[in-house]
Amino acid sequence: MTAILATLRTEIEHRRRLLGVLLLISSIFLIWGPGLASAQEGESVATRLRFENVDGDRIPIEGGRVTVETPDGEVIGEGFSDAEGNLEIPVPGPGNYVLTLDVETLPEGVVLRDPERVSTETQVLEGQVGRTIFPLIAGDVTIDTDDGVSLRQVLQLSVEGLKLGLFLGMGAIGLSLIFGTTGLVNFSHSEMIVWGMLVAYFFNFYGFAGFLGFMAGWPAPFGAGINLAFAALFAIAGGAGMGYAMDKWIFLPLRERGVSLISQMVVTIGLSLILRYVFLFIFGGSPRFFADYTAQSAITIGIVDITPKDLITAGLSVLILVGVGVLLLRTKLGKAMRAVADNRDLAESSGIDVQRVIRSVWVLGGSLAGLGGVFIGLSEQVSWNIGFRMLLLIFAAVVLGGLGTAFGALVGALVVGVGIQVSTLFIPTELKNVGALALLILVLVFRPQGILGRAERIG
Amino acid sequence: MTLAAIDWGFILTQSVTQAFDFNAVVYALAAIGLNVHFGYAGLLNFGQVGFVAMGAYGMGLSITLWQLNPFLAVVVGMIFAAIFALILGLPTLRLRSDYLAIVTIAAAEIVRLIARSTVMRPITRGAEGLNEFIGPFRDLSPFSASEIYGLGPIEWRGSQFFAVVVGWILVGLSLLLVAQLMRSPWGRVVKAIREDEDAARALGKNAYWYKLQALILGGVIGGLGGMVQALGNATVQPDFFVAPLTFFFWLVLILGGVGKVWAPVFGAVVYWFMITFIQNTGRQLVDEGLIPTSIMDTSQIDQIRFWIVGAALALLMVFRPQGFFGSREEMALDAR
Repeated sequence: MTAILATLRTEIEHRRRLLGVLLLISSIFLIWGPGLASAQEGESVATRLRFENVDGDRIPIEGGRVTVETPDGEVIGEGFSDAEGNLEIPVPGPGNYVLTLDVETLPEGVVLRDPERVSTETQVLEGQVGRTIFPLIAGDVTIDTDDGVSLRQVLQLSVEGLKLGLFLGMGAIGLSLIFGTTGLVNFSHSEMIVWGMLVAYFFNFYGFAGFLGFMAGWPAPFGAGINLAFAALFAIAGGAGMGYAMDKWIFLPLRERGVSLISQMVVTIGLSLILRYVFLFIFGGSPRFFADYTAQSAITIGIVDITPKDLITAGLSVLILVGVGVLLLRTKLGKAMRAVADNRDLAESSGIDVQRVIRSVWVLGGSLAGLGGVFIGLSEQVSWNIGFRMLLLIFAAVVLGGLGTAFGALVGALVVGVGIQVSTLFIPTELKNVGALALLILVLVFRPQGILGRAERIG
Repeated sequence: MTLAAIDWGFILTQSVTQAFDFNAVVYALAAIGLNVHFGYAGLLNFGQVGFVAMGAYGMGLSITLWQLNPFLAVVVGMIFAAIFALILGLPTLRLRSDYLAIVTIAAAEIVRLIARSTVMRPITRGAEGLNEFIGPFRDLSPFSASEIYGLGPIEWRGSQFFAVVVGWILVGLSLLLVAQLMRSPWGRVVKAIREDEDAARALGKNAYWYKLQALILGGVIGGLGGMVQALGNATVQPDFFVAPLTFFFWLVLILGGVGKVWAPVFGAVVYWFMITFIQNTGRQLVDEGLIPTSIMDTSQIDQIRFWIVGAALALLMVFRPQGFFGSREEMALDAR
């Protein structure tokens, strides 16, 4: 008994010592990291209540009631929105707070886009305002299709769909290349996306030291955050590292043991379950936002509204995907990747180091997924369980484009992204992903090789 | 703060109860279905939970929507699962096996999303789920709902004991059916297709049609699992049928041994015993302060099951794909 206690105590001691080291490292990063400015006196939570009407205009709501509680359910206070829809409620200190919208106080016909999200959790940092949003719509916006599919709406949704498609494409290319070169359908690919998202989150909030703490099982807020743009670089590195590690320590040994592809597929499923619940363990269940660039007002280009962050991330995605295209078409490594995907035996007998190419594909796939995760987290929310939904959409994209083809995967991703968003004009928003998945099944009925695939791949 | 404070008797009783409870029956039936799919026909079904959901909703809706009698409701549940198999199988069974894997995992999620949508609320009651269907079944039950039944320390309330008894009878019938079928010419053709589809086709067997039949059979058995779930929990909620459940069924199948008729039952009993034992022990360790809450609290103990299932699935598949009782030669690991 005492032996167990003693081990436990040394364990705790050990953890304490580790914490000390981490704090030391974090103080180094305090000097380097830009830190978080403390402009306001005291902490508060804030939101802005506006709804989107049929024309897409955002109309402020006056007198909407929001209550604030701690995650344990202790009531902090409440507030009503002003004429601009703004609302700010002071809170006793830094921490997480849950804002609950009283839907009874909303104007007639205005509802939450997701009726179940009447509460959102927000994080308040020292001296800062924790902001959150309640996405509100006029109740008939998504259902009313008879008199109101305007060109503007279609364009707006197409732009949002393209954005989603680009982000999905970052994951889809990696999944498709890994399938092409190894024949493995990687069910844990989406966990690399979430991994990138979480790495960026922890770097963004806590810097390098906080990230190490996160690895050691301490999501406690210490250390200084670094700007999301830099955090994204670490996310890319994290994704690449995970891809490298998965191939080196899991799938290369399995290939060498001669474990069949079906067994490997089940291994990827086991891996994704473990990773997903490790993410839940260290990140917690409630979705959160990055520290930077979360609340931005949209700018209007032509007749389409887009936030600067979406414009920049979408632009970056295009650049990166073009870069990947150039890599695949022009460089020796890229040609080797395509050669291995095309005919592995022929590539091997032509002197290509197939295992090295496979390793590069895993690293490339991982880094693209990691960055994609940052973009998705920025455009939606950072969450531990976003991976499964993304995985299904990536599957839809990859099957649509043709399993095993890199460019097919990209085309498929764009079609799926635009399809999902534009379909909300005709079907309820909550079913938009169902449409994409139904499309996946329809594609297999009529053109199983996908848009850019060849018939010989499928049978 | 001592190990002595841990109530091992309680933990063991709980574990044994869970090992034979209706949940184990649900897993056993779903895994027997998967065994028909993967073990005998070599089909990669990663959406078994979709079949389970179809069975449960088919039975529930027959009573809440169409007021059928309970026996017809069970038949309707089976028909639901069979239709789901047709929808999935017709487009994908001509393709390579990983396409079926992708389509089934997506289709199972479609079922859940549609069932919980507000559009379907008038029919499926959305996220709340169905629960008015239970009355007619309670009337059939010979057990009094409030009384306690069981053997020694292993006890069930009458309302659940009905599901336990019906469930194990269904497991027995399913095992008999599968055992007889696999000994029949039909079973030999299905296994031949698993081993070498081209050879089976060269002998004039319609591989596509046989695979479709196997998909339907396994799906309907999985659907029975959904009905036992509905009886035991007295509710059919969409969020019970989440995707990871399929992989729990896979673990149960592989644990027992792929391609052995009764092995999934062994897998289900062992799985529920182990998981309940580990979780109850973990919870008591937290309660006794032996695991500090800074490391893990009670709700996180419950998440451990996903780590265990993930790790066990991966390790078994690599080091002992035939599980406890299967034979490696019988496994369709190189299926197309």
